[in-house]
Amino acid sequence: MRIEEHPILNFKRGKKIRFFFNDQEVEGFEGETIAAALHAAGVKSLSHSIENHRPRGLFCAIGNCSSCLMEVNEEPNVRICVEELKDGMKVKTQKGKGDIL
Amino acid sequence: MKPVEILVVGGGPAGLCAAIQAAEMGSKVLVVDRNRALGGQLIKQTHMFFGSEKQYASTRGFDIAQILLDKIDQMENIEVMTNTTVLGLFEDGVATLEKDGKYIKVKPKAIVVGTGASEKTLAFPNNDLPGIYGAGAVQTLMNEYGIKPGNKVLMIGAGNIGLIVSYQLMQAGVQVEAIVEASPTIGGYLVHASKIRRMGVPIYTKYSIKEAIGTEAVEKAVIWQLDDKWQGISGTEKELEVDIICISVGLSPLSELLWQAGCEMKYLPELSGYVPARDENLQTSVKGIFVAGDVSGVEEASSAMVEGYLAGMSAAAYLGYSLYNTKELREDLLQQLNSLRHGPVGERINKGIASILIQSEAAASTEA
Repeated sequence: MRIEEHPILNFKRGKKIRFFFNDQEVEGFEGETIAAALHAAGVKSLSHSIENHRPRGLFCAIGNCSSCLMEVNEEPNVRICVEELKDGMKVKTQKGKGDIL
Repeated sequence: MKPVEILVVGGGPAGLCAAIQAAEMGSKVLVVDRNRALGGQLIKQTHMFFGSEKQYASTRGFDIAQILLDKIDQMENIEVMTNTTVLGLFEDGVATLEKDGKYIKVKPKAIVVGTGASEKTLAFPNNDLPGIYGAGAVQTLMNEYGIKPGNKVLMIGAGNIGLIVSYQLMQAGVQVEAIVEASPTIGGYLVHASKIRRMGVPIYTKYSIKEAIGTEAVEKAVIWQLDDKWQGISGTEKELEVDIICISVGLSPLSELLWQAGCEMKYLPELSGYVPARDENLQTSVKGIFVAGDVSGVEEASSAMVEGYLAGMSAAAYLGYSLYNTKELREDLLQQLNSLRHGPVGERINKGIASILIQSEAAASTEA
């Protein structure tokens, strides 16, 4: 859900770009984070905890808490709350801890 | 190894002001920030600041960031590295940085640590469900990226951040169902609380969250009243239909680098966690390492800026730089901090600082 009207802020969004969330095409804007684009698309559940498979969303949004780790272009454990969205990015729900490259 | 005079870790209000002051005195400064842009949390603050003119009172937070960034841009002796994380401060004075997967070593002559603070969370059943955010995360989504985090919110905590973010949520078109505060009184300024109450939002004091309900994300929240021992009272539960729970129960200093550098640390509830011992000039127990802002004790951005100027001044003075009026400037900064730390909150902060203040000769030497 994007805010279109705001009493104080005027959001200048970048160029519209496309990326993939679990092989599904999603729209976002240049200059925003992956987390922002996913939230705008209504995706809140980003991964599942390793032991109990409980859903995980983002908590801090500034790269501190590691609650938002996902696989981006095959690299695991990317903090998507601070990672800038790029055209054509492949973002996937991570399974397990991710392999060391 | 990259030669550096003063390394400033963190480009928020404290770090930016430290860099400006140190550069004005003639030293060369490297500002390192792990984010894509400088400004720290100022860039998502849409409210007007309190304090006095010197701390840009009545100016919105993001405009203050712009004022500081414009100054930094004009100063030739400040180098900025964004997207760069300081990984470690070592006992031989070497600092290690990471940028684009590359490992960089620098050896600064002085360091100002202004790493800020991170949001605390709260223990309750299902507190890990998606849709439960720190208040700062909600600000990032709304005010930085223009994204509504949901439709209906329960705010936990009626300190200034809880009150201000509740108001900002309403500005973004989110309905605030309730604000709960475990204390018997509202912690934030009453001017903020009244504004929110006038818009029809209930603020329940002596209330907290009992549990969150939901499967893939938050669907409901249950709140309940607390007794005098902060325990929930059965039978007082209220169920709220919300898709966001926003946690605003304070911050804790991001002091890992200070621990690693060997600074003397102490747990002080008045300053919100483990904080470094420091002298009046904000030098820690490790010579050449200075602190400013929330990392040295959680306060407001206004005092972080003043501390930044003071730490920047002290770091430059430590390297032998001075201005014709250093002494007057220093007195003025100390005076500003004094007037920002007024009232019961300020008294608490002053009490905390007094209990870890290093009385050193170095503190006297910069006065000369």
